[in-house]
Amino acid sequence: MGSIRLFVDLGSTFTKLVAFDLEAEELLGRVQVPSTVDHDVTVGLEQAFSLLAETVPIDETDRRQTLACSSAAGGLRVVCIGLVPEYTTEAGRRAALGAGAKIVGSYSFELSEAELREIEETGPDIVLLTGGTDGGNKKVITHNAALLARSDSRVANIIVAGNKSAYDDVESLFAGSGKNVIYTSNVMPEIGVLEVEAANHKIRDLFIARITQAKGIARAKSMIADVIMPTPAAVLEAAKLFAGGVDGRRGIGELLLVDVGGATTDVYSVATGAPTSGAVRSLGLPEPYAKRTVEGDLGLFHNLDTLMTLAGRESLPAGFDDIVAAMCHENSVPTGDEQTACHLLLSRVAVRSAVDRHVGSLKYIVTPNGEVVVQRGKDLTGLRWVVGAGGPVSFSADPVKVLEGALFDEAFPLLLKPKAPEFLLDGQYVLFALGLLAQSEPGKALRLMQKYVVHL
Amino acid sequence: METLHETENERAMDHLGCVITGTVGVDAHVIGTKIVSRALREAGFRVVELGAQTPPEEFIMAAQETAADAMMISSLYGMAELDLEGFRDKCTEAGLEDIILYVGGILGVSRRDFPEDEAKFKRMGFDRVYPPETDIRVAIEDLKADLNRKRAGRP
Repeated sequence: MGSIRLFVDLGSTFTKLVAFDLEAEELLGRVQVPSTVDHDVTVGLEQAFSLLAETVPIDETDRRQTLACSSAAGGLRVVCIGLVPEYTTEAGRRAALGAGAKIVGSYSFELSEAELREIEETGPDIVLLTGGTDGGNKKVITHNAALLARSDSRVANIIVAGNKSAYDDVESLFAGSGKNVIYTSNVMPEIGVLEVEAANHKIRDLFIARITQAKGIARAKSMIADVIMPTPAAVLEAAKLFAGGVDGRRGIGELLLVDVGGATTDVYSVATGAPTSGAVRSLGLPEPYAKRTVEGDLGLFHNLDTLMTLAGRESLPAGFDDIVAAMCHENSVPTGDEQTACHLLLSRVAVRSAVDRHVGSLKYIVTPNGEVVVQRGKDLTGLRWVVGAGGPVSFSADPVKVLEGALFDEAFPLLLKPKAPEFLLDGQYVLFALGLLAQSEPGKALRLMQKYVVHL
Repeated sequence: METLHETENERAMDHLGCVITGTVGVDAHVIGTKIVSRALREAGFRVVELGAQTPPEEFIMAAQETAADAMMISSLYGMAELDLEGFRDKCTEAGLEDIILYVGGILGVSRRDFPEDEAKFKRMGFDRVYPPETDIRVAIEDLKADLNRKRAGRP
């Protein structure tokens, strides 16, 4: 067995293949080819292997050892069902997002027949059923379990992460339904307590065991070692390691990571986000230390319409629409000065909007004791590190300009974005690969990150 | 035997119902809630007295443990709206969807706006809202009526 290890991201736009030498702790090569998910994912994978083989001496054994993550075929599609929207439904959503899922539906309170039909139409990979604190409300989760038990075959996998006191009832309701039902601990065991890790792991386990089979990724699995997680989960793993360190080697500390892609923009914060001023009170559900949000409508290729609308607020260069249209027509990589400029502007808008939605905000409220400041979400104003990732940032002509979209804006002082961070760049776009490597060799993954995520 | 005896005694006391009292948030005004608790006890209710500066979550846990019928929450420092944000929803998650919720005290910025405060707290899911000068006997009569209605299964 050589020291070469390969990692692949089966993306919705591109299939990216990365080769590391684990002995020398070096990046050997990186290639990307358009994804071929629509017909046969292995075609793109073969092309990527061939392309890489032109510069890196990889053999069949290396190929067979490849680990993959995937966001292809719509990603890991999850429907979240809870009780109160702001509590267990939101807690479930956070668990799913942290597991790298794409949330394709959120439902609260007792489901109606119409909503059940809608969920069947959606055909999610997983339904995450929550509701009630432990010992709390049983009625709603059992009602919803009874409905889900008679849903058609488009609802196959259900993870239950709600009131444990309802599990016996829920279990008997699902008995004989033919559903694959998995039970785990409550995402909100008590009022005001968020515990998403267990549900998060069950989602990932299910992804490996079942979902990849159903996604046309199974054939890819026969060529390589395994597809072990959705891509966003791999990036989150990388971000956690990069911030926290491992085995006595220190990480860089709290960070914000923005990953702009062809279809979505993902934002990850590994930070407590506690109020930076003592006078501020925190409200709302507690924030997960490692938090992911995703803007499914902000992509540099698949969802350009939204970005174009948002970009309308900026001063646009002449002929902007035509230039962008031409860029899209020639695939998503810009060519020439005009397209580069427009691409940069759109990437910056994607970063700005996605970070706006990720960070917390302040609100001033007048009381008899004077003004009180209330914070919802994370305060990231004091954050030291902002990391850029994703093709549109990593390969941008001016990544600093793109990442400036993540900065605090005096015009919107209530949005708690980083005020004076230092910018880092995943210049080779290898973080997903290092998140995969981190599962078996976190020490090497961390050292490689510290080598290849560079200061701007 | 003694334990059993106590339980029976408590049950006898419990015929009117169990009420959780306290001031919410970081409100240290303890006198009002003490008066409320004493009056409730004298009227024949079982009272779980949480006292001053009680986090909203503690009201909920105490109600779960004691299978309480109602909460009478006091607040005199004007921050109740923040302290009690989402409180009815939290009760629902905690399996207390039927619990009767009363709040009283100085709830808003200006005392003149009581009808406005009342409307606001009712929207937040409180069954009854009282200004600070309320006679506690009125609230207790309201509570008896609300409990009777609830037990009779009427809305």
